[in-house]
Amino acid sequence: MREFPEDDIAPLATGAWVLGTGGGGSPYHGFLNLRKLYRQGHRVNVIGAEELDDDAMVAVVSNMGAPVVGLERIADPATQVGAIRMMERFLGRRFDAIMALEIGGGNALQPFTAAALMDLPVIDADSMGRAFPEAQMTSFSVGKLQMFPLTLQDIRDNAVIVERAASWKWMERLSRKACVEVGSIAATCKAPRSGAEVKTWGIRGTVAKAVRIGRAIAAARAAHEDPVAAVVEQENGLLMFTGRVWDVERNTTEGFLRGRVELEGLQGDKGRRLSVDFQNEYTLATCDGTPLVSVPDLICLLDSVSGEAIGTEMLRYGQRVSLIALPAPPVFTSPDGLACVGPRCFGHDMDFISVFA
Amino acid sequence: MKKIGLDVGGTNTDAVLIEENRVIAAVKTPTTTDVTSGVLNAIVALRKKAPLDGIDALMLGTTHFTNAVIERRGLSRVGALRICLPSCASLTPGEDWPDDLREAIDPMCFLIEGGHEYDGRPIVDLDVAAIEVAAREMRTAGITAAGITSVFSPLNNAFERQARDILGRVAPEIAVTCSFELGRIGLLERENVALLNAALSRHGKDTVEAFEEALARSGLDAPLYLTQNDGTVMKAGRAARYPVFCFASGPTNSMRGAASLSGIDNAIVVDVGGTTSDVGHLLNGFPREANNVVEIGGVRTLFQMPDLISIGIGGGTVVAPDGSRIGPKSVGYRLPEEALVFGGETLTLTDIAARAGTIALGDVSRTTALGTELVDSVRREVGRRIEETVDRMKTSPDPVTVIAVGGGAFLVPESMSGVSMVVHVENGDVANAVGAASAMVSGEVDQIVTGMTRQEALEHCEALARRRAVESGADPATLRVVEREDIPVSYLPGDARRVRVRAIGSISVQRADSDPVV
Repeated sequence: MREFPEDDIAPLATGAWVLGTGGGGSPYHGFLNLRKLYRQGHRVNVIGAEELDDDAMVAVVSNMGAPVVGLERIADPATQVGAIRMMERFLGRRFDAIMALEIGGGNALQPFTAAALMDLPVIDADSMGRAFPEAQMTSFSVGKLQMFPLTLQDIRDNAVIVERAASWKWMERLSRKACVEVGSIAATCKAPRSGAEVKTWGIRGTVAKAVRIGRAIAAARAAHEDPVAAVVEQENGLLMFTGRVWDVERNTTEGFLRGRVELEGLQGDKGRRLSVDFQNEYTLATCDGTPLVSVPDLICLLDSVSGEAIGTEMLRYGQRVSLIALPAPPVFTSPDGLACVGPRCFGHDMDFISVFA
Repeated sequence: MKKIGLDVGGTNTDAVLIEENRVIAAVKTPTTTDVTSGVLNAIVALRKKAPLDGIDALMLGTTHFTNAVIERRGLSRVGALRICLPSCASLTPGEDWPDDLREAIDPMCFLIEGGHEYDGRPIVDLDVAAIEVAAREMRTAGITAAGITSVFSPLNNAFERQARDILGRVAPEIAVTCSFELGRIGLLERENVALLNAALSRHGKDTVEAFEEALARSGLDAPLYLTQNDGTVMKAGRAARYPVFCFASGPTNSMRGAASLSGIDNAIVVDVGGTTSDVGHLLNGFPREANNVVEIGGVRTLFQMPDLISIGIGGGTVVAPDGSRIGPKSVGYRLPEEALVFGGETLTLTDIAARAGTIALGDVSRTTALGTELVDSVRREVGRRIEETVDRMKTSPDPVTVIAVGGGAFLVPESMSGVSMVVHVENGDVANAVGAASAMVSGEVDQIVTGMTRQEALEHCEALARRRAVESGADPATLRVVEREDIPVSYLPGDARRVRVRAIGSISVQRADSDPVV
């Protein structure tokens, strides 16, 4: 167990935003909330998954909803605490630790701000290794672990418990409906996990990974070097495209932000056009109709100059962007993994071929 | 068409007389602490060079408001009314500001129940009584300016307008800024812009009145416009209410002026002033816009701003006697007293340039003690810093053209790696004022469209924006769309989407008598 240093709050937020692959919401508000809590004297400890007892009980938390809503309705750590306490009351048992459902985007900070208020450790692991739009798209789902119960707390006095669900898909459908009803954003506490389950199925070291990416970007900026190249080098990624945003089309359906961004090439990619589909997160990049990179490989769109990630809700005409790919966590490239998060799960009729194959 | 362009900078006030896009006369005068006399001096100096009859418009760019924020002066205490509860309770207004700015603005914060959902429903009912209480408390505290922000006000501004009405009734002396008029989606950033605008409202009013007084005393009978961040103009009265729209007008004007003077529309512009150099990218005659968030005085904002890098290199930059340190200190407006060539005791980059023979001014004999080696090494280092900044601004490794403007343009080296040529232009030292005089007019649409496909909605709004620009005095032949944004609004019938489009064009010569209102 080690105390999470205040100096790592900003790198965690920067790195988590990159791992958000366009979704998960900007971690900026989570960063401000955590910094405020640290300034008030709260501290958070981080532990490795291996430090958990097998029968420890772990809260898996996330703020569910459309990222664009989070830009306006700022997440309040107290709402997340409400969802966790609700689960404890329902189970009649206290949690031993908290972990993130997804390390990508604002949800990377969600367990930290709740942990700061509850004096529980945060586990250096998550269940996506990035951000995905739907709750069944997790390593726990690949492992076919139990998907219920779930608690959902909104900012008003609405509290929902989904006691049972017939499948991960059903859990997603039921909780999504409730989430949309309360304004397309809500704090959730997902199906609790035992220490043994986290050790077997959790994607480990992702908090450290986010911090590492954030530090690499900060160091490159300070040295006036290319932060995009720094991330690619640090994480064995690939630079796929450099260009600018030409057009963005967005639609909101069923609580998701769906659409497509068209990019026009610059520098070495001059004359090329790229289009990137998204469902909260970037799911598929195609060039002249040919798939270039798809989920579950990570598709990250970064500001070409600052290296800052650009969320699907922040895309604007004229932005200078670099598209990079990072390798998917191995759990998702297995047949069971691809059944959960492969291209077909996002409406793309194609087999997954990793750009890293 | 005859126009006067004015640029009121921190050090100098420049003025130009432009006729049919040709510079007839140009002057550079010192900026004074008293705004009125500084502007008046500039106009008087300009009149000595050319007759100023039949002026169609006076267009003024100013760094006053940005400097006020950066230097934390002239800012009023504000009331910060955020309509958000029960959401957003953990972070209060000003949470992400630098401490000294928060102390300067000292926001009196009120979080109120209300706000809207993404789909247009109210989160909860607006707490009208709480706003009345807030208005009375602000009044008691002697607050004269307030910023109102409501959750999702860019989609539904009803609560902000309602709150403004309540404040107007209970505390009519309070100048109110509503966030929906200024910013985009992004509550904290939009709130920051609204609060900065509110904090500047008294200063804005005083400054614009001083400009108007100078104009009246000069005897000129022409409408006064202030230039905005995007290279368009607004009437002075509107500028007094929205000083934030003038924040980056200085760099925008210098880039537009560089384009106008050189006839080059695509280049990197290096504008060297007394204290800093601003480097920006000119694309099709306009500054490239910054991606997303732009910090002003350490505060995150989200609205239309040019993409810029500023470095501490200027004519007044102080050089250590042994050349070991260059800047960031500057003698600024005291250059005419403190530089060696002007009889002062401080070694500046102006002295280095005079010694090297790149400029002829002052008494060069006062720099003879400077060794050739020192002069060369300082010039190399200055050149290296400018070259590096140009390179950071580039979007491709291809060689670019650099246009060097501003009073310190002589500091820009004639050759740099990755640069095909460095262009110096006549009157480049008053490029800001030239840019102000060539500012454009715009037409804007911001509305919710239903019953159309996305393509139809965009086309419909583009046509409307173009028509509005022409109605405001733009020449139809020069019209172009500079902003196009659409956000789908779910749960409303008919594929509803909010569309924002902005078209801009040059002031039409034929419509010189018209009234370009932005």
